[in-house]
Amino acid sequence: MKSAVVVFPGINRETDMMRALEATTGNKPLSVWHTDPELPKVDLVVVPGGFSYGDYLRCGAIAARSPIMADIRAKAAKGLKVLGVCNGFQIVAEAGLLPGALVRNAHLHFVCREVKLAVENNSTFFTNRMKKGAIVSCPVAHGEGNYICNEETLKALEGEGRVVFRYTQGTNPNGAMNDIAGIVNQAGNVIGMMPHPENMIEPLHGKTDCRPLFEGLLAA
Amino acid sequence: MTKAPAPKITPDIVKQHGLKPDEYARFLKLLGREPTMTELGICSAMWNEHCSYKSSKKWLKTLPTKGPRVIQGPGENAGVVDIGDGQAVVFKMESHNHPSFIEPYQGSATGVGGILRDVFTMGARPIAALNALRFGAPDHPKTRHLVSGVVAGIGGYGNSFGVPTIGGEVNFHPRYNGNILVNAMAVGLADADKIFYSKAKGVGLPVVYLGAKTGRDGIHGATMASAEFDDNAEEKRPTVQVGDPFTEKCLLEACLELMASGAVIAIQDMGAAGLTSSAVEMGAKGDLGIELNLDMVPCREDHMTAYEMMLSESQERMLMVLRPELEKQAEAIFHKWGLDFAIVGKTTDTLRFIIKHEGEVKADLPIKQMGDEAPEYDRPWTEPMKLAILKDVPAPNDLKAAILKIIGAPDMCSRRWVWEQYDHLIGSNSAQIPGGDAGVVRVGPNKAIALTTDVTPRYVEADPFEGGKQAVAETWRNLTCVGAEPIAITDNLNFGNPEKPEIMGQLVFAIKGIDAACRALGYPVVSGNVSLYNETNGQAILPTPAIGGVGLLTDLSKMTTLAFKADGEAILLLGGHGSHLGQSIYLREVLGREEGAPPPVDLAREKLHGDFVRNLINHGQVTGVHDISDGGLAATAIEMALASGLGAKLDAISHEALFGEDQARYVLACKPAEAVKIITQAHVKGIDVIRIGTVTGEATLNVQGQAPISLAELKSAHEGWFPAYMSGEL
Repeated sequence: MKSAVVVFPGINRETDMMRALEATTGNKPLSVWHTDPELPKVDLVVVPGGFSYGDYLRCGAIAARSPIMADIRAKAAKGLKVLGVCNGFQIVAEAGLLPGALVRNAHLHFVCREVKLAVENNSTFFTNRMKKGAIVSCPVAHGEGNYICNEETLKALEGEGRVVFRYTQGTNPNGAMNDIAGIVNQAGNVIGMMPHPENMIEPLHGKTDCRPLFEGLLAA
Repeated sequence: MTKAPAPKITPDIVKQHGLKPDEYARFLKLLGREPTMTELGICSAMWNEHCSYKSSKKWLKTLPTKGPRVIQGPGENAGVVDIGDGQAVVFKMESHNHPSFIEPYQGSATGVGGILRDVFTMGARPIAALNALRFGAPDHPKTRHLVSGVVAGIGGYGNSFGVPTIGGEVNFHPRYNGNILVNAMAVGLADADKIFYSKAKGVGLPVVYLGAKTGRDGIHGATMASAEFDDNAEEKRPTVQVGDPFTEKCLLEACLELMASGAVIAIQDMGAAGLTSSAVEMGAKGDLGIELNLDMVPCREDHMTAYEMMLSESQERMLMVLRPELEKQAEAIFHKWGLDFAIVGKTTDTLRFIIKHEGEVKADLPIKQMGDEAPEYDRPWTEPMKLAILKDVPAPNDLKAAILKIIGAPDMCSRRWVWEQYDHLIGSNSAQIPGGDAGVVRVGPNKAIALTTDVTPRYVEADPFEGGKQAVAETWRNLTCVGAEPIAITDNLNFGNPEKPEIMGQLVFAIKGIDAACRALGYPVVSGNVSLYNETNGQAILPTPAIGGVGLLTDLSKMTTLAFKADGEAILLLGGHGSHLGQSIYLREVLGREEGAPPPVDLAREKLHGDFVRNLINHGQVTGVHDISDGGLAATAIEMALASGLGAKLDAISHEALFGEDQARYVLACKPAEAVKIITQAHVKGIDVIRIGTVTGEATLNVQGQAPISLAELKSAHEGWFPAYMSGEL
């Protein structure tokens, strides 16, 4: 399973993500700079977390218009797997690959804490090793993780089972609609999530709940 | 050589620049003529307290700064300490007190930005940040606004830049009502043989400006930080710098790439007094002159004067001496990251600092006397009065109420409201996050560094010498508690007006205390910062020598935390029962008194006890460790219980022993079979260890002879104060 991690100016969790991918899949991911005209030949592209372009204008708005996004869009349309985490989710949403938007946390503060996620869809390329309804601990670290979308989109997401992760046990940290923490597109190849699974995969992290998520990448 | 016509510089203009009449006279003698306005500006910046350390240098020189691990002591952008395996840690703590009071978000944000630059300018990628914050009384009308702004600013900058903020402290006291303290610490990791210094080398080499453009923000920031506030403090808002963490992140990556390319001969960040201090310091250290052509400085505002460009404190800028044959590669790196790269001058052999702008010489100054030969003072001081040891402090009428009051007090309660606004996980290397004795960050497969900031200002106020010792000793204990070997400190000394002999006496004796502790513990000072004139309308802050301690865990698997681990564990007290209630949290929070001498610090005992505890940890003999400080044994035991959800059953104990803040003591949890062994081993070394209780599965604190207090109630008090206060409920 070959993967690439895309880096925009201001992205700062690429090292965490690359380390997690290598530790769990055994493959060292390639690093792609945002001005590269096209992606290398890979099975999975990950857009990691951070503050690309300082969150100027809107989170992910400028990165979504970077040169590399054209190729990501084109290849995603053909089935390339894309995982957007935190700022990566924001970028992927701004690029139109996922519906809805991420806005300011309801309580207006940046929040870094552990939450509980219910795995609602266990047939995606990231959740195929999980039992449906499994609850995993996972940290969040964001100021704009509040997922919103219009009524029509919400109906579609819920109706089609495209909410992949939902905050549970009262741990919604940002006021997101329907406690939505992560979603998948209709074709099933693009996932966006706000929490940081790459920070919960080894004993040092206190828990390893998110390791099986990464291990699922090998099966997909 | 054309010189600009000398403007009329009146005594008032000199005063506005923060120079005393005798300092100005000294300057005139040095020049042999009237200065230009630009020259006056440069001198006022370089000779102010913040940049020159003129009141403290004499005393700072007495501190121990060397050791087998020390690669670089004070005098550079940050201290550098060898941690083995070819690695070094680079760290410093710095203050941004005055700007944060005026504009809390940007003041604290740029404080973080500045200290990060001090670390990465030496070639180290920042891997951890901490901050020590002091605010006024909770019921002071400005406090909530300041807390909110400062925490948001620190988080806003650190989180975006991408460094985990993993420790720190917050205190509240009315003496900070008019002067808050924001001390920011940064720690970076570098290859020990790839450290970059600021000393300029080589004549006729290009001096290059790197980073963000220059604007009119922060002009005279350093001068503002070198003076007291009066009622018009808010008018100083244009002197507060404005930060952009995205630019700093790009600057970090560009600088590290630049350093790897071999293009850097010397490099320094532009901090206080911006282009002025960086250029003067680089030249003066290298015994070289610097000539700058301001026409080449990238500006983001029109028609900036030489004066403005030299004194601007626009952020996210660096100055370097470039290897000329690598200019093209160097420039390309900066363009990749969207930053400015401009050759703005050259090194010379004249020892003059020459500024040219629009065809005119705006300044021509002797570089050494502006920099490392700036004035140094031996200010008069009075020896602080010794207070009597407080005796016969009454027991509380209601023990449970007293305990709840203490654990829920503003200075004692959980700071979760603060540190959940900081990304403390980025980097994926956080082995311990805020809430414990020290933050711990992995630096190798089974290796980590431990970090903490400590000082007890009320102790320093009561006895600066003991308080100075205690600050260092407390960092030593906190690092020891997680299993780390304390290796070096950075110090951030925050005091009032040094022209007052009693304030100068506090500074002198606090430094003597720090000195004594550092020598006794083999724990040198490798960097630091001094912030003076923290006074408003003549009222000074509590003397606050904040200490940032760094320790090394060579076996991360041995790291210990403060939580109890299992029902049935033995609870041991190392160091004997306490009795010292003078200056204690109990005295202040329950009885409303701030009296008496602080608990004395016996450095030999601190070393003996700390080394013994570390030994126990290395041999896996203890399951939980926590040192005793604010709130005494009661607070220590409760914090261990709350961290675990397990309760504690303690033998009968007097209020003096419960709340006494006697130093050099620890509470240990261990498997029951281990307890007797530990007590015997301690006895052999002359250390007093006794069993005082047992960990229980019942969620209560159960002191024999007293009604049990539920952990739920303790947790509610502990976690409740800060969020309730900040949301305005209190």
